[in-house]
Amino acid sequence: MATDTTTAPPTPGLMTRLRLTSDGNGIFAVLLLVFAACLIVTEATGGDFLTAGNMRSILSRSIGLGIVAVGQTVAILSGSLDLSVAYMVSLGAVLGGFVMDGDPSKVIVGVIVVLAAGAIVGMLNGLIITRLDIHPFMATLAMGLLLNGLLTWQFTTFAPEVPGSFQQLGYGLIAGVPVGVLLFAAVAGIAAFALRSTSFGSHLYAVGGDQDVARLSGVRVNRTLISAHVFCSVTAVITGLYLVARVSTAQTTIGPEGGFDLESIAAAVLGGTALSGGKGRVLGTVAAVVMLAMLDNVFNHLQLDSFLKQVVRGVVLIAAVAAYSVRANAHEVE
Amino acid sequence: MTALDNTPDTASTEEPALKRFLGRMGPAVPIAVVLTIILVWIAFLNPNFTEPGPFLAFLRRAAPLLVLAVGQLFVIVSGGFDLSVGALITVTVVVSAAFSDGDPANTLPVLLGVLAIGALVGTVNGAITTRLKVPSFITTLGMLLVLRGAVNFWTTGAPRGALAENYRQFGRTGIQVTDDIQLPYAVLISLAVGAIAWFLLHRSTFGQQLYAAGGGAEAASLSGVNVPRVRTLAFIISGVAAAISGILLGGLAGVSAQVGQGEEFRAITAVVLGGAVLGGGKGQVGAVVLGALTLEALFTLLNLLGLPAPLRESVQGLIIIAAVFYAARRLKAGG
Repeated sequence: MATDTTTAPPTPGLMTRLRLTSDGNGIFAVLLLVFAACLIVTEATGGDFLTAGNMRSILSRSIGLGIVAVGQTVAILSGSLDLSVAYMVSLGAVLGGFVMDGDPSKVIVGVIVVLAAGAIVGMLNGLIITRLDIHPFMATLAMGLLLNGLLTWQFTTFAPEVPGSFQQLGYGLIAGVPVGVLLFAAVAGIAAFALRSTSFGSHLYAVGGDQDVARLSGVRVNRTLISAHVFCSVTAVITGLYLVARVSTAQTTIGPEGGFDLESIAAAVLGGTALSGGKGRVLGTVAAVVMLAMLDNVFNHLQLDSFLKQVVRGVVLIAAVAAYSVRANAHEVE
Repeated sequence: MTALDNTPDTASTEEPALKRFLGRMGPAVPIAVVLTIILVWIAFLNPNFTEPGPFLAFLRRAAPLLVLAVGQLFVIVSGGFDLSVGALITVTVVVSAAFSDGDPANTLPVLLGVLAIGALVGTVNGAITTRLKVPSFITTLGMLLVLRGAVNFWTTGAPRGALAENYRQFGRTGIQVTDDIQLPYAVLISLAVGAIAWFLLHRSTFGQQLYAAGGGAEAASLSGVNVPRVRTLAFIISGVAAAISGILLGGLAGVSAQVGQGEEFRAITAVVLGGAVLGGGKGQVGAVVLGALTLEALFTLLNLLGLPAPLRESVQGLIIIAAVFYAARRLKAGG
């Protein structure tokens, strides 16, 4: 009896704490593989992969998708998902430009207005899902239509510009690191901290794992889901702000054309987050986004057709997720 | 035919016919109410709408979405999503145009070819989802990227060729009933697709197994259902439906590389409006047909109301939320 209790429990506990038993680490193997492949292909075709400039360019390319993918990860972890993020990226970009209107003194107001708008839309998404009991897929799909209609109606004919000082967000460097990369790191860091070390984080995993169990153990399920959507929406409008800092005037099509809705979901799942919720990590998503940016980088170097890039992305997505699930099943059998 | 078949079965029960009818139609009632309201509103704004010609034209416009939604229903009942159908429509139209090349003699092989592509894509979706255990959302999202990328790569964004007239007739023309009434082929095709789907889902062993698989894969396989096979068949049906939808759209709207864009979301919306549950195990062909008609009628109504085009999209979003809420509430109250 006594030996039973001392030998059995510690092993799974430790393994779970290191997250070695579950899937979720696969992305790092994939990242390493893609890194090696990109290195070999680039060097073999007369390019330089491992330069500081090239690394900076890969990281810069990850920022836009990366920030919103972190938010999407939080939404998926809660057992939800958000198809309206592409239009919220447009909202952030266009509304930011509209409020700032080229005036450096309005930068702070612009940022606050955009963040508030994102939070409101996220809260609406969360309320529709929790109060009206509508599946997140339908709720956020409809919200996307609603936003796109309003944006196109109001903002198609004029294109306001953001002031030069705000463009620092897109082009500035701090100690050699692009400001955007720092922003991405900050968003990912805050999300990782919130998930790991706050009660919001543990509630989120509980709700994503099993809503009924979470509710019975006293977690405020609705509040957690709404918070997850608010966070997700805020990251989406931050991506919009970053993009408008890059291009200085944004069209309302900037979000949907970037494919941020489906790509952010793909990045989260590539990073090992379970689409059914409750399992996953922000760091995995970050690794997935960097991996996708590496592929882009090599495709650009080889000057390959951008449509071919899409095909490769699709294949990588399916192959990687298939590999994770085969691995997870192998563990189950053991 | 089916009514006659059913008579001996149901005659033994004591319930009044109307109640029995409503009981069987239960899931379709909320969406039928929504559809009726929209149709009456359209007729109020445009009295012509009730005449056979304009009404059949409306049904013809709805046919591609209807076929696509009915195919999607199979995947949703099985507990999955098929996001690849929009890209598959684009592939169907672009491949058809390239190989038809305006020559009527090519039409039959091209039609068979694109239907085979639909079945093949469905098979691959099903195999990856069931054998490699990739969530169908991800499988079909990957397939969407692959198909969209491949078709754009192949055509460099500008489709080649043209559809022969005898290919386009399926989406465009029909049987001349009287001098001014033409029964569109698209309507006949969607009726046939609906009838076959109804039979498969509600009257065949395969249909029962599909509901079982969608309701709970483990319980289904314990009771002897070959879940991977049944789910793969659902993807194949969805793929073939997408090809048929593409054939109709190609005739109706013409050749472009954007023709299928967003159709996957419209199809899923129609299915959900028809009371099917995302997650599997529930849904009816008849109600989904009404869901597709409702969505198309909504486009027509918003058009008639003269709202600026972008605002139509916003109102559409609002109405989808309201309709899904209303339909779900009615179903819960009834069940």
